[in-house]
Amino acid sequence: MSSRESILQAIRSIPRAEKILPDTPDFKSQGELGVLFTKALEANKAEVMDRTQFEEWMEKNQSTRVFSYSEDFQKYSSVILPEDPHELENLQLAILEGQFGVAENGAIWLEDKELPHRAIPFITEHLVIVLNKTNLVDTMHQAYQQIGANHSGFGVFIAGPSKTADIEQSLVIGAHGAKSLRVVMI
Amino acid sequence: MSHPQAAGEFLKDQAKAKWHDETLWFVRDKRDRISKTIPEWEDLRELASQIKDHVLSKLDSYLEEFERNAQKNGIKIHWAKDAEEHNQIVLSILQEQNCTAIVKSKSILTEECHLNPFLEKNGIEVVDTDLGERIVQFLNQPPSHIVLPAIHLKKGEISELFHEKLQTEKGNEDPAYLTHAARLHLREKFLSAKVAITGVNFGVAETGEFVVCTNEGNADMGVHLAQVHIACMGIEKIIPRRKDLGVFLRLLARSATGQPVTNYNSHFRSPSAGKEIHLILVDNGRTAQLAREKFRNSLKCIRCGACMNTCPIYRRSGGYSYGSTVPGPIGSILSPGLDMKKYSTLPFASTLCGSCSDVCPVKINIHEQLYEWRQEITKTHGELGKNLSMKLASGIFKSPLAYKLSGSLMRSALKTLPKSLIYHPINSWGKGRNLPETPQESFKDWYKKNRK
Ligand code: SF4
Repeated sequence: MSSRESILQAIRSIPRAEKILPDTPDFKSQGELGVLFTKALEANKAEVMDRTQFEEWMEKNQSTRVFSYSEDFQKYSSVILPEDPHELENLQLAILEGQFGVAENGAIWLEDKELPHRAIPFITEHLVIVLNKTNLVDTMHQAYQQIGANHSGFGVFIAGPSKTADIEQSLVIGAHGAKSLRVVMI
Repeated sequence: MSHPQAAGEFLKDQAKAKWHDETLWFVRDKRDRISKTIPEWEDLRELASQIKDHVLSKLDSYLEEFERNAQKNGIKIHWAKDAEEHNQIVLSILQEQNCTAIVKSKSILTEECHLNPFLEKNGIEVVDTDLGERIVQFLNQPPSHIVLPAIHLKKGEISELFHEKLQTEKGNEDPAYLTHAARLHLREKFLSAKVAITGVNFGVAETGEFVVCTNEGNADMGVHLAQVHIACMGIEKIIPRRKDLGVFLRLLARSATGQPVTNYNSHFRSPSAGKEIHLILVDNGRTAQLAREKFRNSLKCIRCGACMNTCPIYRRSGGYSYGSTVPGPIGSILSPGLDMKKYSTLPFASTLCGSCSDVCPVKINIHEQLYEWRQEITKTHGELGKNLSMKLASGIFKSPLAYKLSGSLMRSALKTLPKSLIYHPINSWGKGRNLPETPQESFKDWYKKNRK
C-alpha cells in the first residue's frame, strides 16, 4: 500500500462523529478605517504618506536604482525589469501597487498581477506600496471576502518592513526583506 | 534525561533563568493586551476550535480535497508516513535537481524529522535562515522555543558566536549590528540556493493553496529566488475554506508575539512559470494521536507558542529541559504519543494551573490532557515507583499496629532524616521546597485527648 493510502486508511479507520463547520461572522472593527489602518502600520514601523509627501521624499532620497510598477509613479523607474529576479539583488527601491489594506492590522494585499517578480517586495532594500484611499476593509474577514475565489498563483499580505526580535527580544528592522515600508495613500 | 534533571541544569545559571522567565512573561503580557483590543476574541477562539474539530472529524476527505486542488494548480504532492520517508522524499528531489546547498525557513516539522543531520550526512549544506534558527544552528543546537528559537541565549553569547562565525567585531553586542551581519551573510545563501524549504502554517482544502507566515520575510526570500520550493506540512494543518484563514490569521500572531499580524503572510497556490512547488504531507505519529480520543484535539495546535510563554514551568526550566522538538505544555501532550517511555516525565512538568488552556487560541484543554497522560503513564509503566510505594502502603494499612507505629516513626524520621535523602536528586519535588514541620502528636492521640 502506498503511504498515501495507508495514511488515509489509518484516518478512515478511526471512528469519529462528524462535527459542525461553523460559519465565520462578519466581524467589523470599531473606528474610522483610515485612522485604524494608519495607526496599525505606524505601530509596525511603517510610514504612511500622501502623494505630495511621497514626492518630496523622493526628491530628497538619493536612490538611483528604482523600479516602479505603479502607473502613477512610472517617472521614478530607472531599472528595467530583468528576466531573472536574482539581478534585482541591488535594487534600492521598489514601488508597487497594493490591492487593498486591512484596517485592523495594516496588512496590504498584493497578488501576482501586482508583482512582476514574486521576489520584488522581499529582495528590494526599501519598499513603497501605493494604495487607493478608498480600498480599505475592516478586518481579515472582509479581506477574504474581497479576495474572493479569484485565482492567483501567489498572494501576500504585507504589514510592515522585515523585522526580527531574535536577539534578546530587541526589535530590529530589516532582517532579510525590505528595510523600510512606506505606504502612499492616493 | 528526565525533565527535573534537565531543569536543574538550566537553573544553575540563576541570573539567566530569571531573565528567561521575565522575557517570556513580557511576551505573554503583550498577548494579553492585544487580545483585549478585539471584542470578539473569545468568539474567534471558539470558532477556531470548532473549525479544527470539524477538520479532524473529516480529515481524510479534506486531505483528498486539498491534494486534488493543489495538483490542479501544478503543485506536486507527496505523502510521508514517517520522518524517514519525509527525509528521503526531500533528498530525492534535491538529487533530481543536482542540488547540494539549500536554504530553509522555520519549520518545526523538519526539526521533528531531524532533516538537517540527515541531509548533511548526504552531503547537502543546509542553511536555516530565520535569524534565531541560524543562531542555534551555528551552535549545533535545536531551537528552544517554537516561535522564539534562540530565546535561551543572551546577546553576549550571540556576539561571541558571530565574531567567530561571521567575523563581526569582538565585543559588539548591538542587536541591530549583529542582525545586519546575519542579513549580509544570509543574502549570499539566498542568492545561490537552487532549492528552498519552508514549513506550512495552513493548507486550504478548498483552493489547494498553503500559507506561510514570517516576520523576517526569509521564507519568501528563499522560495522566490530558488528554482524549487519544497513545503513540509503536517497533515493536521488543513483548514476547509479560504475564508477560515480570516479567523486563524487574526489569532496566530496576536497569540504568538502580541502583534496584530505577521509582516509577511504568503499564499502559495501555484508555482511561477518554469518553477516547481513540491508539498510533502507528513503523518509521523499524527494519525496515532488522532486515534487517541482523549488526546485527539492536541492536533488542533497552530504552533503559536502562547502556552509556553505563560507556563510557569517552561519559563523556569527552559525549552531544552523537555528534550523534545515541541517543548512546553503542548509538547508535553504531543511527545508521549510519540514515545511514552522517553517522554514520561513531561506530563509531570506542569503545575496544572490551567494557564496554558486559558491562552490557547484554539482552546485545547491542555492541562486536562496533561493530567490524562499522567494517569496513562502511571498505569503503563510507572510500575516500578508505584509498586514500591504501594507495597509499603499496603503493608502499613494491613495492620493497625503497623499503621500506628509508622505514624510516630514518620514524625521522628522527618525530623532526623538526613537532608541528603530529602533533597536527593531523585526527589525532584524536594528542590526549592522545605518539608513541613511535623506535629508533636498524631491526630489519633490528639483526638483521644480532646474528645469529650
Ligand atoms: S497548544 Fe495552543 S497555545 Fe500552545 S502552541 Fe498550540 S495553539 Fe498555541
